[in-house]
Amino acid sequence: MSIRERLSGNEASAIAMKQINPDVVAAFPITPSTEIPQYFSTFVSNGTVNTEFIAVESEHSAMSACIGAEAAGSRAMTATSSNGLALMWEMIHIASSLRLPIVMPLVNRAISGPLNIHNDHSDAMGIRDSGWIMLFSENNQEAYDNLIMAHRIAEHKDVMLPLTVCQDGFITSHSIENIELIEDDKVKQFVGTYNPEHYLLNAKEPIAVGPMDLQAYLFEHKAQEADAMRNAKKVILDVAKDFEKLTGRKYSLFEEYKLDDADIAIVCMNSTAGTTKDVVDNLRNQGIKAGLLKIRVFRPFPAEEIAKALENCKAVAVLDKAEGLNACGGPLFTDVTSGMYVNNLNIPTISYIYGIGGRDVTTKHIESVYKDLIEISNTSKVNNPYRYLGLRRGDK
Amino acid sequence: MSKVKINKDTPCEKLTQGGTIYDAGNSVNFKTGDWRSACPIFLSEKCKQCGLCFPVCPDNAIPVGKDGNRRDFDYDFCKGCGVCAKVCPFGAIEMKQE
Repeated sequence: MSIRERLSGNEASAIAMKQINPDVVAAFPITPSTEIPQYFSTFVSNGTVNTEFIAVESEHSAMSACIGAEAAGSRAMTATSSNGLALMWEMIHIASSLRLPIVMPLVNRAISGPLNIHNDHSDAMGIRDSGWIMLFSENNQEAYDNLIMAHRIAEHKDVMLPLTVCQDGFITSHSIENIELIEDDKVKQFVGTYNPEHYLLNAKEPIAVGPMDLQAYLFEHKAQEADAMRNAKKVILDVAKDFEKLTGRKYSLFEEYKLDDADIAIVCMNSTAGTTKDVVDNLRNQGIKAGLLKIRVFRPFPAEEIAKALENCKAVAVLDKAEGLNACGGPLFTDVTSGMYVNNLNIPTISYIYGIGGRDVTTKHIESVYKDLIEISNTSKVNNPYRYLGLRRGDK
Repeated sequence: MSKVKINKDTPCEKLTQGGTIYDAGNSVNFKTGDWRSACPIFLSEKCKQCGLCFPVCPDNAIPVGKDGNRRDFDYDFCKGCGVCAKVCPFGAIEMKQE
């Protein structure tokens, strides 16, 4: 029988890490993810896990230590947020290019500056092109479940890429909700042991990791990484099937909430999906065919599958919790619309930037987006595809 | 799976993941002497085999025989830094522009 608990997103992540019992955790505290290594270090002190905990002097060192540990042949984990991830940035790319399946909870927080500790996705967007698999989580349960599935995906021989599990800072990380935990022995069995084919501490096979890779080779190694990222899609779905057998909880590349017959749809990630579901329910009660597409797997990006799922909609809004600062819509918007274009789907699609720096997003805001979509689907006219939600601005 | 032989025509699928080399002591295969702009010339008639030059070579470009005596430079790895010419008390190493 699974265990009924009530935990915050950070507690849930720390407990997932306890059950995974990695060989090495190297971490440096940063709000709002601090509690994850904090709770985990308690498990280390109490002897609940037999992990080597390295209290490093920076996030750059945290990721470096994870790279060393993982290359040596062990399972390494860390956790971070915002500028901690930014400081890791150099090593983030080393981890993925050396094909080291490190797993890292990322508690999303705005990237400074000016200084802000609250939730948006600008930190995650900084590593979207880094070769890390990126899973997003609506609530504490999903943050926990994604972490339990993480190693099976990252360490799969067709993948061998690092993986990060995102959840919204404070909104998810510090809110206590009901959760269903899996028993320790079942997690242990599900996650399995890590048996890398090649590793530095194998005395029988001396190897060199991360050698010079100039004009004649780097291109091919990047193509290998890209192939691995493409392979990850199938592996993620296979692992989700096994996870469903274990828990009854169903996961896919994204969740389609009342999307089947929807005329208008919102695409978004993380906790906002919860708010949106409530709005969808209310609109459905009024006879309005509203739907939601909640991204779970952001990297690899399921472009083709998303285009297919949205093909019967009359208007779509993509909600980005990061200002792409590219003058042509948020990062999720550009990915979604690119996927739609390549798959010959041409429907009016609007970019909404929202919730920057932890700006509260309520059902009223989401309702206003659906209202805009109804108008667009009636008139087929889009005056401005690049919009803001909840922004103070004089001209509006 | 040691001794994976690759070259600039090896296709993507045949390269190791992340470029990992399953082979020890492979740096000998990476010739670095072509960066050199100055070249040390070994004047064997002036050399007293005092043994001061080869320990200061930052690479391994001064081969030493079993008899303990140095041989001529290994230009595959010499980068022309000139440290050996500086320490030689007998003027047995002369630096020339390439």
